[in-house]
Amino acid sequence: MFDIVSCPIDTGKVIKQVEHRNAGAIVTFIGTVREMTQDKKTLYLEYEAYEPMARGMLTNIGKEIEKKWPDTVTAIAHRIGHLEVGDIAVVIAVSSPHRSDAYEANRYAIERIKTLVPIWKKEHWEDGDMWIGNQEGTISYTDHQ
Amino acid sequence: MIQVLLFAHLREQVGCENLTIHKKQMTVKEFKELMEKQYKLSTQEVMIAINEEYATDSDVIAEGDTVALIPPVSGG
Repeated sequence: MFDIVSCPIDTGKVIKQVEHRNAGAIVTFIGTVREMTQDKKTLYLEYEAYEPMARGMLTNIGKEIEKKWPDTVTAIAHRIGHLEVGDIAVVIAVSSPHRSDAYEANRYAIERIKTLVPIWKKEHWEDGDMWIGNQEGTISYTDHQ
Repeated sequence: MIQVLLFAHLREQVGCENLTIHKKQMTVKEFKELMEKQYKLSTQEVMIAINEEYATDSDVIAEGDTVALIPPVSGG
C-alpha cells in the first residue's frame, strides 16, 4: 500500500489497492516530471530516498489520513532512480464513501510527502545539475500531526 | 559505534554514503557540531533522524544508533 519503487509505477495497480464495495469515490494524484521550470529546461531527474524511513513515513501518512478522514483507504507509490520528462514520480490513490473526503485526503497526502518524506530529487539541466531542497519553505520536520 | 547515513548533496560533498563515529553517546546538537567541524557540512537546514525517526537538538544519540542527515526533502 505504501511503497518506494525503482521501476515504472503501474497506476492501475495503485488504484486497485483502494477499491472496495463501500467506496463511492476514488481520487488519484499522479505527479509527473515537468520539462520547464521557469526558464530552466529539465533533461531528466534522479530521485534518491532513505528507503526504510521513507516507507515508514508514507505508512504514517496513511495512518494520519485514516484518523482525519475515517473510512478512507489510501495507497501511495513513489518512484526513485532515473526519471525522464513525462515519467510518473508518484501516485496517490484515496477512496472514500463520498468524494469530498477523498479529494481532501489526497491533497493532504501530497503536501505531507513534500514536507516530510526523505526523498530528494536532482535536476539535470542543459547547463548543469542541482539537488533540490526546501520546495515548500522551511517547516518543522518534527511536526507530526 | 554510531552509524551515520548521508544523502543527496551531503553524500556528494563528503564523497561517501555512510560514516562511523566511535562515541558512546552524544546529543543531536553535538553531532551536528561534529559534522560541521570534521566534514565542513552546513547543518543549518538539515534535520536529523535517529533510527528512522526525526529528532530534535536535545535528543540523545547512543552507541548502536543509526543517524541520518536529512537535507530539505524534494519528493513528490
